[in-house]
Amino acid sequence: MKESEKRTEKKLGWFRETYKKIAESRKKIEVPDGLWTRCTNCSEIIYNKNLEENLRVCPKCGYHFHLRARKRIEITLDANSFVEHDFELSSDNPLDFPGYEEKISASKEITGLNEAAVTGEGKIGGRYIFLGITDFEFIGGSMGSVVGERITCLVEKALKEKVPLVLISGSGGGARMQEGVFSLMQMAKTSAAIAEFKRSGGLYVSLLTHPTMGGVMASFASRGDIILAEPGALLGFAGPRVIKQTIKQHIPQSFQRSESLLSHGMIDLVVNRKEMRPTLIKILNLLLPE
Amino acid sequence: MTEQYEFVLDFEKPIIELEHKIKELKGVTEREGMNLDKEIRSLELRLRKLQKETFLNLSPWRRVQLARHPDRPKTLTLANLIFDEFLLLHGDRFYADDGAMVAGLARLGKEPVIFIGNQKGKSIKENLYRNFGMAHPEGYRKAKRLMSLAEKFSRPIITFVDTPGAYPGIEAEERGQAEAIAANLEKMSWLKVPIIVVIIGEGGSGGALGIGIGNSILMLENAIFSVITPEGCAAILWKNQEKVEEAAKALKLTARNLLELKLIDGIIPEPRGGAHRDVEQTARNIKRVLLKELSRLKKLSPQSLARQRFKKYREMGSFKRG
Ligand SMILES: [Zn+2]
Repeated sequence: MKESEKRTEKKLGWFRETYKKIAESRKKIEVPDGLWTRCTNCSEIIYNKNLEENLRVCPKCGYHFHLRARKRIEITLDANSFVEHDFELSSDNPLDFPGYEEKISASKEITGLNEAAVTGEGKIGGRYIFLGITDFEFIGGSMGSVVGERITCLVEKALKEKVPLVLISGSGGGARMQEGVFSLMQMAKTSAAIAEFKRSGGLYVSLLTHPTMGGVMASFASRGDIILAEPGALLGFAGPRVIKQTIKQHIPQSFQRSESLLSHGMIDLVVNRKEMRPTLIKILNLLLPE
Repeated sequence: MTEQYEFVLDFEKPIIELEHKIKELKGVTEREGMNLDKEIRSLELRLRKLQKETFLNLSPWRRVQLARHPDRPKTLTLANLIFDEFLLLHGDRFYADDGAMVAGLARLGKEPVIFIGNQKGKSIKENLYRNFGMAHPEGYRKAKRLMSLAEKFSRPIITFVDTPGAYPGIEAEERGQAEAIAANLEKMSWLKVPIIVVIIGEGGSGGALGIGIGNSILMLENAIFSVITPEGCAAILWKNQEKVEEAAKALKLTARNLLELKLIDGIIPEPRGGAHRDVEQTARNIKRVLLKELSRLKKLSPQSLARQRFKKYREMGSFKRG
């Protein structure tokens, strides 16, 4: 071995050792799964109990982690006031799309939900509202027939009972691919219901959470009388990957984020998760009769 | 009549070659006075058989290829053949005039209508202006402006859909692509005038839906309507671009599929070989159906037009209870 090669080998050896140590230390931190979470944004290691107590917001940088639908209901509505609607609806596979049933079964297991939308009624600050939520963890929160039907039924009931409507979207998937044009038509169906509800004088508040894209954003999610968003949520029509492929340019980090939509005039407010419930109550109280 | 096809799909090739051969033989007969009738007849027989075999049961992927065929007649080409009067109008009054979306005043037979359509270009140069038929928010807002005009003056709306989708770009997002489409969905759901939608080529997802809600949804025989491109679907599902044919089949995007699923109301036949093989015939076929649909819908009151449309979409969806 030549002298220079020896030096290189020595350096490489040092590098390998160091790398191993780093990898091990990382493993050590990640091992107690379920106890700690590493912040996606700032890499801070957060004790899970603290994270939950902080409504799944990073105490250091304010990053908003995904919040499951049930938890969202819990932190939004008055305690134990939620009554679920249309639970019995479930997806069939209208196109015989390959792997769709398996995908639904797997999503059910992961989320404990039976579809991507949970809808129902409850109280917030003592006032009745109708509430619908789409959960990103269930096939990307995408809208197929069941999501479309649940949202539409909810809007119709809110219209009939003259109760304000709050829809909280977390649908990166947009219209659900596996149901083809049936999914597209849910955009039309929900939009028509929303239009009728608003024309009848109903108040609709749309709350956008990370991520809300495609067919959901291009239908009911962007038609609120008032539109709120959680900080840092990815919101838009086309996904950043598709855009990057099309324009073949670098896309800035801030693009399609809540704050950017706010500055472009597309939404009313960016609201921290902790402030969301009081903000909703304030809006209802200021717009609606006592 | 001599026709030059600039672009030939693989499965069109044998047919077009055979056609050339027949034309050649006919030329020889004329020029040289030779009698080749027997040969010509036998070739014509073979041609008819080949046409039948190729086009009777086109695979979904081949229909996708036909729907995107560069020579396929585009919106304005058809509109100029179909409408008896036509005046294009421009601009959304907020930002720009979108070349990917055309709209204007028109007359179908005796009937004044409002016309809206996605516009693809025929050449690369024209597509720079037409953006390959992919509208920005201003395109949808121009369409919405014309819809309001239709409502104010009680004019039926006819739309031609032919787009790969709404444009996925930075400025389109910043100016509210999703909002623009959603606003049109709301608008179209309750308009009190007849709306007839004809998907003439590609019906690409939300971008197509943005001008695609109507009392009557019609598709040209080889047009497609899909929530995602077969390419996009193949990439997500199989991580493999070679699976586009399977994806096209799985998505049930053909006119025949969608009629069976009751998601559209009718199919307009195309000349054998596809709309591009006889543009004038295609236009006549569309016009005939449009006249029929319009006279049917005109009998409904403004209220019942809105009701009928609303009810039609309200019932769409496939799910079970329990
Ligand atoms: Zn953090």
